[in-house]
Amino acid sequence: MLLYILKRILYVAPVALGVSVVCFMLVHLAPGDPLTAIMPVDATAEQQAEMRIVYGFDKPLPVQFGLWIGKVVTGDLGKSIATGRPVLDEVARAVKNSLILACAATLIGFALGSFFGFVAGYFRNSPLDRLASAISVLGVSVPHYWLGMVMVIIFSAQLNWLPPTGAGPGGSADWRPDLEHLRYIILPAITMSVIPMGIIARTVRALVADILSQEFVQALRAKGLGEWGVFKHVVTNAAPTALAVMGLQLGYLLGGSILIETVFAWPGAGFLLNAAIFQRDLPLLQGTILVLAMFFVSLNLIVDVAQTALDPRIQRA
Amino acid sequence: MSDALMVDVAGLTVDFKGPKGPIRAVDGVNLHLKRGETVALLGESGSGKSVTLRSLMRLHPSSARIGGKVEVDGRDVLKLSSRELAALRGPIVSMIFQDPGLAFDPVYRIGDQIMEAVRRHEKLSKAEARARALALFERVRIPSPDKRLDNYPHEMSGGMRQRAMIALALACRPKVLLADEPTTALDATVQIQVLLLLRELQRELGLAVVFVTHDIGVAVEVADRIAVMYAGRIVEMGPARDVIREPRHPYTQGLLLSRASHAPTPGARLAAIPGAPPDLADLPPGCSFRPRCGHAIDDCAEVQPEAVSVGAAHFARCIRTRTTAEAYEAVVA
Repeated sequence: MLLYILKRILYVAPVALGVSVVCFMLVHLAPGDPLTAIMPVDATAEQQAEMRIVYGFDKPLPVQFGLWIGKVVTGDLGKSIATGRPVLDEVARAVKNSLILACAATLIGFALGSFFGFVAGYFRNSPLDRLASAISVLGVSVPHYWLGMVMVIIFSAQLNWLPPTGAGPGGSADWRPDLEHLRYIILPAITMSVIPMGIIARTVRALVADILSQEFVQALRAKGLGEWGVFKHVVTNAAPTALAVMGLQLGYLLGGSILIETVFAWPGAGFLLNAAIFQRDLPLLQGTILVLAMFFVSLNLIVDVAQTALDPRIQRA
Repeated sequence: MSDALMVDVAGLTVDFKGPKGPIRAVDGVNLHLKRGETVALLGESGSGKSVTLRSLMRLHPSSARIGGKVEVDGRDVLKLSSRELAALRGPIVSMIFQDPGLAFDPVYRIGDQIMEAVRRHEKLSKAEARARALALFERVRIPSPDKRLDNYPHEMSGGMRQRAMIALALACRPKVLLADEPTTALDATVQIQVLLLLRELQRELGLAVVFVTHDIGVAVEVADRIAVMYAGRIVEMGPARDVIREPRHPYTQGLLLSRASHAPTPGARLAAIPGAPPDLADLPPGCSFRPRCGHAIDDCAEVQPEAVSVGAAHFARCIRTRTTAEAYEAVVA
């Protein structure tokens, strides 16, 4: 098992290198000059050239990449052009907030999705199944920024139950799981949970239906297990795949939450990314994308390892 | 008490939902087993043998409609609540499945699956249940049993898995053992070993065994009596030796003649039964075998043939048993 984990970690290295090249190149392919954001409109060509040298934008791209990656491996992502603060601090804080939101959303999505999936899988082709399936299709299909706005209209503007935006008192810096802060996370988390809910529900429905049709379920009944006993076996058999899907969904949520974080002004990585793009803050943009990409890679790693631990049939060689 | 019936099935019918109304998979099956007796249900796919077998513990999809009388060890199986049914499955009736590779939960250790069955029915500690599982593994002669208990199903060979399956079936000391083609998924050499093991255990434990197979050789090897099924009915039943030596139903005769050992000379064509089994949703009137039968006369289409006694405890559902007897003697001689 240990050997397997080491091997998997080793495989991550080339992926990580590829990811960093791509995210560096992407940012430089984008049109627009990062300096226009920070230089006064009337700056002379000399001043611009000077700043270019200060930020190292005058060197050839491969050299820039070399310098950047050299710093990155030591944990230095440079300074934000817009704020002057270290990118790492900015990203770390934003990622923490995104993580909180993504975890909350995934938990809600996984709980509801598993529930609907099990109901649909157990009572296949019944009205219950159709209802659960309709909910999950709706969950995957509804644009989540639109849903977010609708939620704000209903629960904030009309009913005035929950705050529409922000992360609560203290802003982006310190989110705590107390009642005051939890009120702020409810709307964005539910909005965000809808897609993983739908995907997990559909996965679990298919899994459960497949497992229930297998011969060993009959064999379990033949040894006198009741519905509850069989259910435990179904859960154990569905868990590896369901967890893998959940892990991937968590990854998607971490990177794919720009729209929701913008709608709810949630100070997370997506919000930061949005700001960095509009301010043409290259170091911040690169740093954020890289951190998010690495998050995804490590999440895949964790999911793979967890799956191996849960399902004995996957070779550990 | 030893003469009391362990299995008493009379007029059993099983209907499944079909696209065009119910399909009768089993029609009027009678089956009686005493303690220590083995009956083989012989037939081809779709003849209703597995469905009959599963009726003894009501292991059908919920859409199936079961009628008639099914009593096992004095319990009316068709009237049991689901709780009573669960209590029946394991300690009274247990089952060996056709493919042990599919019948074990792939993500649980084999030992745990046996312990689960034991602890479901008896108040035993984990250690006691494991001791029982270990004893069972020794009994079915699995080498290094203690280590094997911790195996996952995929870590065992097919023959080993079937031994483990037998151990599981015996875990709660059942009185009736149902075997659903337990050797079909195995290699020929392993088949013999598993059959011998089953027969040995059956004798030692005094089990009543219902053994489903499509292989006449296997049926002869294990069974005291053979019941031949065709299109949901038992068409011939009798002591194993009598059924094999003096088959009276043309279907049984066809099965026996189609075996390689009956080929008159090497290289000669085997005698196959012409045609295909009938569609259960659309059975021909009268005798279901009539369209494929060489001895059929017009009367065969009139009525469903009654069981005709053709020997001691030997009957066939055919109105032309005299003709078929003579014809068979002529072919075999």
